[in-house]
Amino acid sequence: MMRNIYAVSDNIISSLGFTSRENAAAMLAGETGIRIHHDEQRYIHPLPLSLVNTGELNSRFQAVLDITKNDKPADYFTRLEKMLILSVHDALNGISLKINDPQLILILSTTKGNIDLLEEKFKGRFDHKRVYLWAVAYVLKEFFGFINTPMIISNACVSGVLALITASRMLRYGKYTNAIITGGDIISEFVISGFQSFQALSPSACKPFDQNRNGLSLGEGCGTVILSSNQPDSGYNTVKIMGGSVTNDANHISGPSRTGKELSMAINKALLESGTEPAKVDFISAHGTATVFNDEMESKAIALSKLGDTPVNSFKGYWGHTLGAAGLMESVALMTSMKRNILFRTAGLDVTGIMEKINVIKETTSSPVDSCVKTASGFGGCNTALVFQKT
Amino acid sequence: MDKLITSFVYIGEGKVFVNKRLIFYQEKIVTFAEFIKALYKQEQVSYPKFYKMDSLSKLGFMTSELLLRNEIQGRYQADSLAIVLANSSSSLDTDINYQESIRDRSAYFPSPSVFVYTLANIVIGEICIRHGFKGENTFLISEKFNSGQLLDFVSEILDNRRAEACICGWVEILGNQFKAMMALVENDNTILPLNPDFRPLPFSLTAITDLMNVN
Amino acid sequence: MDELINKLKKEVITQLNLEDISLDDINPDAPLFGEGLGLDSIDALELIVLLEKNYGIKIEDPKDGKKIFYSIRTMAEYITAHQTKG
Repeated sequence: MMRNIYAVSDNIISSLGFTSRENAAAMLAGETGIRIHHDEQRYIHPLPLSLVNTGELNSRFQAVLDITKNDKPADYFTRLEKMLILSVHDALNGISLKINDPQLILILSTTKGNIDLLEEKFKGRFDHKRVYLWAVAYVLKEFFGFINTPMIISNACVSGVLALITASRMLRYGKYTNAIITGGDIISEFVISGFQSFQALSPSACKPFDQNRNGLSLGEGCGTVILSSNQPDSGYNTVKIMGGSVTNDANHISGPSRTGKELSMAINKALLESGTEPAKVDFISAHGTATVFNDEMESKAIALSKLGDTPVNSFKGYWGHTLGAAGLMESVALMTSMKRNILFRTAGLDVTGIMEKINVIKETTSSPVDSCVKTASGFGGCNTALVFQKT
Repeated sequence: MDKLITSFVYIGEGKVFVNKRLIFYQEKIVTFAEFIKALYKQEQVSYPKFYKMDSLSKLGFMTSELLLRNEIQGRYQADSLAIVLANSSSSLDTDINYQESIRDRSAYFPSPSVFVYTLANIVIGEICIRHGFKGENTFLISEKFNSGQLLDFVSEILDNRRAEACICGWVEILGNQFKAMMALVENDNTILPLNPDFRPLPFSLTAITDLMNVN
Repeated sequence: MDELINKLKKEVITQLNLEDISLDDINPDAPLFGEGLGLDSIDALELIVLLEKNYGIKIEDPKDGKKIFYSIRTMAEYITAHQTKG
């Protein structure tokens, strides 16, 4: 008998708030978190970015240090680590999970970790090992007191979805009973300049699936999901992780496949594993970065998988592209959609402009949302798809 | 179902082993660039894109090139072969190079061809492109080689028939310190042995740990 | 022009990591993309960097790239018409 895997708690930290609830409230109020920043400190400016409020981050983090009576001062932790700790701490609140459980695994998703530490201004500030991605995971392990060696997944922009897929597989395999999956990435000169060299950044807030879309907007944030093979007490409105799949375009290391065939393969495999018919899918949270090529490819994949009528959106108009956090933050928003039966509009979209006929959500509406698909694609030609089902 | 290691490659300490046979040895390594180019030339590989790769991708590419010599393409469908690789430093070697290119604002020319390699999973992308592999693929990070984690990850994929074979291993480089190990693990229902001169090993914790210590 | 063409060939070989290609392998009038050198989208972006770094020419609209980077000769002609340094 296949074990059921339940999502029992979650958190989002972003420009729109520090809890899943705060983020949902902001999104329902029609807010978006991408702002044009005029910052002389940055080489490229003005630039649309979705930034986490530093003052708020620091004061909330200090509050957590005070409650947990942690022996390290706030300045021991990097910006990313503060966000991750805050996110996991919030997700753990309100559920009873034994921290030192040998059946508990921490899985971290990040593309660049503490990459800002390579800058001159951070020279000597932190132990040089903190630039390693596993060091970030160890900071979390030490802070919370987890027993097991964390798993770290660093697989470009699919890292978040891939971490959820991996966690659900490990739980179903029986290796662990509970998994805390957390992911984050920060805004840095490193990443901004890189995407700029790819001419991938839009001069204004990104417009996913729009006829005038011209690039992505970068964002920073964290997403956390806690999964368990134990059924939660609440019973109602619980979301299960069904099946997931990861494929590769085998085409180009930075450009997406022109056909969308391999993302479609991932979607089909995920649906097959979940026992879900395409016609039964109520909502797709697409990767939707708002580059000309990604959105076109993704729409082809969605059509190929016979999901052309299924309401689809991109959450990137709310938080920008948060890289290693994206798959997690957007999955949390997807689960919010399911719990509240709401379809969130594609922020940034005015007029749909893709060649395939797909059903892009333009206005936030109430609608039954029982079965969903999350997709993500990334540099290196990787594609992921994950299926969620309400119990 | 018994999973078998049917082929493996180890690169480290200036040596290159293919299925336990030493095929290349540089007693004194001056730079990784020279080492890997010499290996590329000796093995008579013809793949111009090799020169565009960063060190991590060159290392992973050559390791897989040696691993998959024996006509792997004919044995599996494009989506039936998985790749799971891991390392400790992610793309730090290239990250440091890239950061250097944006350090000086008066000479600020970020290079897209360097930036694209500042993600560890690109090495997987390069291997997939070379062979047309479209299946499961993941890049993991761990402080040290974690045989238990790799065993669990790959076993789950093969036991649940998400793939019928998996290339798995470790590809690590920072400056001129480098080490790579890749093993081809196949579900037991293979028709012909892949390498007549290599006796397949059962895919186990001790077997993978031994592969990292073959030198 | 010939001097610039030779200089450009060397720079393109270096910037794009075309290690096994010699100066004689590159026909200044042959298309750079599609066939021949088999350049791709990242190479196109690198050529934009090359123009700025070595010649001080900033290409505002990447779509102009198709015409400018058609061949070594079209690149040389564009540089002669627009360069501000080097």
